[in-house]
Amino acid sequence: MPASSRARGVAVAAALVAAVTLLPLLVVIPDALSAEPGEAARYLLRPRVGELLTHTGMLVAVTVPATVVVGVLAAWLVERSTLPWAGVWRTLLLAPLAVPAFVSAYAWVTVAPWLTGFWGAALVTTLAYFPFVFLPVAALLRALDPGDEEAARSLGLSPAAAVVRTVLPRLRPAVSGGALLVALHLLAEYGVLEMMRFQTFTTAIMQQYAVGFSDTTSSLLASVLLTLCLVALVLDLVARGRHRVARVGSGVQRRAVPAVLGAWTAPVLLFLSALVALSVAVPVATVVRWLLHALDAGDRLDLGLVQVTLSTLGLAVLGALAAVAAALPGAWLLNRHRSGLTLLLERTTFIASALPGVVVGLALVTLAVRWARPVYQTVGLLVVAYAILFLPRAMVSLRAGLAAAPPELSEAGRSLGLSGGATLVRVVLPLVAPSVLTALVLVALAVNTELTATLLLAPTGTDTLALAFWRQASELDYAAAAPYAAVMIILSVPLTMLLRRQILEER
Amino acid sequence: MTTMKRKAPVPQRRHLGLAALLTLPLTLAACAGGSAEEAFEAEPGALQIYSSQHRDVTEAWAAAFTESTGIKTQVREGQDASMGHMIVEEGDASPADVFLTENSPAMTIVERAGLLAPVDEQTLGQLGEGLAPSSGRWTAIAARSTVLVYNTDEISEDELPSSIMDLADAEWAGRWGGAPGGADFQAIVAGMLSDRGEQETQAWLDALADNAEIYQNNIATMQAVNAGEVPVGIMYHYYWYRDQAGDKAGSASTKLHYFGNQDPGAFVSLSAGGVLASSDMAEEAQQFLAYITSPEGQQVLVDSGSMEYAVGTGVESDPALPPLDSLDAPPVDPFTLNSDDVVTLMTDAGIL
Repeated sequence: MPASSRARGVAVAAALVAAVTLLPLLVVIPDALSAEPGEAARYLLRPRVGELLTHTGMLVAVTVPATVVVGVLAAWLVERSTLPWAGVWRTLLLAPLAVPAFVSAYAWVTVAPWLTGFWGAALVTTLAYFPFVFLPVAALLRALDPGDEEAARSLGLSPAAAVVRTVLPRLRPAVSGGALLVALHLLAEYGVLEMMRFQTFTTAIMQQYAVGFSDTTSSLLASVLLTLCLVALVLDLVARGRHRVARVGSGVQRRAVPAVLGAWTAPVLLFLSALVALSVAVPVATVVRWLLHALDAGDRLDLGLVQVTLSTLGLAVLGALAAVAAALPGAWLLNRHRSGLTLLLERTTFIASALPGVVVGLALVTLAVRWARPVYQTVGLLVVAYAILFLPRAMVSLRAGLAAAPPELSEAGRSLGLSGGATLVRVVLPLVAPSVLTALVLVALAVNTELTATLLLAPTGTDTLALAFWRQASELDYAAAAPYAAVMIILSVPLTMLLRRQILEER
Repeated sequence: MTTMKRKAPVPQRRHLGLAALLTLPLTLAACAGGSAEEAFEAEPGALQIYSSQHRDVTEAWAAAFTESTGIKTQVREGQDASMGHMIVEEGDASPADVFLTENSPAMTIVERAGLLAPVDEQTLGQLGEGLAPSSGRWTAIAARSTVLVYNTDEISEDELPSSIMDLADAEWAGRWGGAPGGADFQAIVAGMLSDRGEQETQAWLDALADNAEIYQNNIATMQAVNAGEVPVGIMYHYYWYRDQAGDKAGSASTKLHYFGNQDPGAFVSLSAGGVLASSDMAEEAQQFLAYITSPEGQQVLVDSGSMEYAVGTGVESDPALPPLDSLDAPPVDPFTLNSDDVVTLMTDAGIL
């Protein structure tokens, strides 16, 4: 396809975004390389680094498959089976997104203090992250034309075989995108693992930060983490495949005929109930219990909570707008002008997001202190950090949305005499609007719970719900932490409802 | 961003609801905008206090200082070593006017970088002997003592070790806890390093890596001992007294053991305060330091319920605490403690 000037403009924008996301690497990599090779090797080839690698690897190896199995199974049950009260389940299965992972960990630590270490970490992260798989898979299942599956059946395949041969392959982009998000989150997870006393690269980097701010050793650890991220990105590329999911044809797509659960109904209901109980009921009940405790103790709730809530809300909106705006050019290019170069641009934006918030935060501190003094400790720099950290969340949803608005439709619009702008407004935007909304919501949810980049970069005097919660929770003052956890959950509920609505809209 | 704005004229009705929902958070943010905008900027003309001291104490001091002088303050919170290194990274253009720490090694990091201004003579005069370095670049603002917390159901008083060094012995394997990731513990090790030298300290740290239960912080250590996970743990005194003064939920089954005897385990750590040489509010910053070390300011510390020791003359620490001069601390020079050396030793031991 000859590059139009518009495509070139978008490409420049996408390249700029990619360059900004690489800023943290500009600090981390030279810093890691500045270590004397012998010294660096001595530091990295220690039993402790081996232990961190094993821990990180174990967690990814268990949690990612667990979230995929749980997420895909739940999505299929809700969207393609005779599950009773499917609408209610759809809501409940998205509800974990409203509970920040570290709040969930806090709940589990107080409910089951013995559940620490690897299994505690794996349990809490699986319960917190499976909606990342459930959400895109459920959306895709709704959108998927059942025609192929029916054709497969008419050619003599059993219902199960038809699903395996026609549906599952189509789900690859959604499953692998979700799995990638889970893996990247695990690599950068701090709050849950610190509470569960399970050490990974990210908790070790936080420890290095605590003792030395931004020294070479934390850059060395971050470089290992970067390598792990690259592995995850390549695996995702391989797993994603190149199947087309959009359907262009005459008439309205029929709803798929639901699979009859029959005798399986009871066990399936039991499974889903347990899932919701563990992922939502336990944390929410615990927060409520501590909240009542706090109210009993009196005067814990004050005006400070309102102020903190407002700053959190403001940062969430700014961060979401910035991340989505930054993701748009790349997502559009990837959909319309897929090439090695655009793919590289897109993958690039994922790299920095696998770094923990502390690494991105420290790198931006270093850059700002040295080269851009006026932006140091301003909200602008913090928003840039949010965009860098949460771009993939926006990217994944936007790509799914653009995939549902195939170029043929734009071309048809153009051939009917619409201008480029009018095509965008009348054809493309209505189709991608839901995914833009999803992207905004996903990023806002993430900003709502971000800890370390906020701590490092926020202007002095700016406090957020996550910071206040963490401060109290790490002093093990669970009652004082509860109000902040409760507000974080309450703020996230309407956002999660928006996500649910989006799955329904997706056709 | 511009693309976002252009999405308003969405034709189909089902998207109208979506558009309305989309504007909801934006409207909310707009409402929050006025106050949020202000919240997102450092207050102009306010004294910038970088503090790794406890939030309650810092804020009590800041509020009392503002009330007494009319000078506005703003506090940036952090952790000891990282905040010290952060100020060094910020260098001459650091926004900080004052730096307050929990433990003195963090202040030493800034002092070594040559970023501290001399503390006013008058301020230094408000403190007892040996509570400011000979350089006069910073001053103690509070003190805390190392203790061994033990579970009275799990172990009797006469079974307790007579020295913190004994915990390295095989008989203690798996029976003690601590929070070596934190600055508090690292200050204790810095004291040990200064008192006993590198070889003995390294051996002790190796034993720690192999034998001790690791917790996130002092409070977690205390609660673990209280719950009987380990019979004894190393921590600072004041967390225990605070819990005892409250509902005792984390310490009801425990008591404190003071090593005394000039043992490394009787180490007393100084919290430090200093003024940045680069401060553009140097006079107010000196005034702040003078205030918090004055009898009035030290009384604020005592009344805050933090249970840390007051260090200014003429003020009594909380009556629940054994007197500071009865603790028989080791003869360690608090002004040469080096946290970076401790980090190296801990890295070699595989703890970091």
